[in-house]
Amino acid sequence: MEILPLILATILTAATPLMIAALGEHVVERAGVLNLGVEGMMIMGAAVGFACAVTFDSSTIGILAGALAGMALSALFALLVVGFATNQVATGLALTILGLGLAGLIGAGFVGQPRPAIPPLVIPLLSDIPVIGPAIFKADPVFYLSIVLIIAVAWFLNKTRGGLLLRSVGESHGSAHALGLPVRRIRIYAILFGGLLAGLAGAYLSLIYTRFWSPGMTAGRGWIALALVVFAGGYVWRLVLGAYLFGGITVAQLHAQAGAIALPSQLLSALPYLMTIAALLFLAISGRKGAGAAGSLGQPFAPER
Amino acid sequence: MIRRSLTLGAMALGLAFAAPASAQEKLKIGFIYVGPVGDFGWSYQHDEGRKAIEKAFPGKVETTFIESVPEADSERSIEQLARTGHKLIFTTSFGYMEPTLRVAKKYPNVFFEHATGYKRDKNVSTYSAKFHEGRYIAGKIAGKMTKTNTIGYVGAMPIPEVVAGINAFYLGAKAVNPNVKIKIAWVNAWFDPGKEGDAAKALMDQGADIITQHTDSPAPLQQAAARNIKAFGQASDMTKFGPNHILTSIIDDWAPYYVERTRAVLEGKWQSQDVFDGLAKGKVKMGPYVNMPADVKALAEETEKAIIAGTQDPFMCPVIAQDGKTVECKGGNKLDDGQIASMNYYVQGIEGSVPK
Repeated sequence: MEILPLILATILTAATPLMIAALGEHVVERAGVLNLGVEGMMIMGAAVGFACAVTFDSSTIGILAGALAGMALSALFALLVVGFATNQVATGLALTILGLGLAGLIGAGFVGQPRPAIPPLVIPLLSDIPVIGPAIFKADPVFYLSIVLIIAVAWFLNKTRGGLLLRSVGESHGSAHALGLPVRRIRIYAILFGGLLAGLAGAYLSLIYTRFWSPGMTAGRGWIALALVVFAGGYVWRLVLGAYLFGGITVAQLHAQAGAIALPSQLLSALPYLMTIAALLFLAISGRKGAGAAGSLGQPFAPER
Repeated sequence: MIRRSLTLGAMALGLAFAAPASAQEKLKIGFIYVGPVGDFGWSYQHDEGRKAIEKAFPGKVETTFIESVPEADSERSIEQLARTGHKLIFTTSFGYMEPTLRVAKKYPNVFFEHATGYKRDKNVSTYSAKFHEGRYIAGKIAGKMTKTNTIGYVGAMPIPEVVAGINAFYLGAKAVNPNVKIKIAWVNAWFDPGKEGDAAKALMDQGADIITQHTDSPAPLQQAAARNIKAFGQASDMTKFGPNHILTSIIDDWAPYYVERTRAVLEGKWQSQDVFDGLAKGKVKMGPYVNMPADVKALAEETEKAIIAGTQDPFMCPVIAQDGKTVECKGGNKLDDGQIASMNYYVQGIEGSVPK
């Protein structure tokens, strides 16, 4: 089965941007902030990342610039939501619309320009393992970075004092504030981190996944990342599982079609959302009300002085 | 949620492009695009048509477009154009058919032009192009070039326009290579570069050594080029996305039609009609034939000439459907336009079934 490593490699590149963006949003939501602007930050990362990569003829600079562009947009969100305690849902939606428009403007001069591929990072010995070796240990550098990020985020949230503070701010910002925790500062950090990762995911799209820039190229992936965060219900491992499950189903479905196996492809396209609804239902039925989301999620925080 | 916000964004963008109204009464013309104008494929070509109108009637017209309008949620975008004084509205994707008809009923004084559909009204015309003629030529090229006898086809949605394209492509390939097989992957989107590319990869993983596409972004061509596999461009000349791997492009040229219809409105001669032409009228053009041996190139050019002259056609009778039944021959020695515009079956030899 020499076809399996190829399928695995396709799944990895399809799942990686979803996972990176979802991981960032996961941290933001743990801190009690709902940022619906993932799609906007992602497309900004894709546009700026591609524009910088072409201008400076360096994919590394492009990826860094894309991540920073996502962070810049999230800084605006942080200013409004944390600074002025605006409605998070409305602000997030506005951020998506702004990002889509702004990215179109920035990328206008770069539409249709080709970009050479980033060579894969081959890990000696391990890449010789049959089937999984060529797929997992001959991948692009950002894929390895995403694995490091998952471990780092899981460790930070669960094993460090900083992670504990972040989660307590998300669970009850009133109590955290009463204890003297810097609620706003922690939330700003979390939002900026989320923006950085969303931008990185966008740069991955335009520089690695499909190597060109075109307006609207995120095609709803930011929303799928948001759905994955709900599906994860607070656990990083479930987020990773969800991302690969979704990437896997998408690619497997295309292979099934190419192999003339009839599957309802329209239904499979809706699967991440169905999975999210199922996860929510499961949480509700099992009586753990609100177990998935942070206690203060989405509520504006405006302490009285 | 996705659809709404995308549309809102698209509307915000679209409105931003609207030129300021002048004191003189200009004819306002609106366009609805299914993808971004920068897709370098389908919507890009329609926008070239819009620009041609502006150029042909300076000072007399004012054009507006709304891009990336989801088909399922297009009615209010179309209505918005009608409400804001646009007298001629082009809706440029198959899925806009019912919404266009509904809005047209409410605005009887506005003229609508719907691309690739088959339902008309007294103020709704339909127009399309015989892309399948180009696909027939592409099929012949692919049939000659393939070594694994397997060709990968990335499809957007199982609508007649795409299904007819698949059939024409296959018939072209089979005419020169009886052993050829095609594998089809549907992505259920007109524009999703990531998924289109994944579909191309899946097809190549399954042994396809030529890729062709009926989706709007250059991603399948680009993924094919990355694996040193030949492919075709779609809707516009996509040479720069795979200069050493592109065989040719099937190019849509809407500009002459758009200019003609605008003139009809300006002169008060607009009438509901249905127009379906292809290579012969220049609505479909072929890109340069490159990256292929001289004999294949000669075959392609010869086929193109024969189609223009009317001596060849992708759907020459007898056409045998997948189930083995011979399709009724309504157009003399070939299928007629209506049969092609409503084609919802594969021809004999294609494996799998059209998704319902």
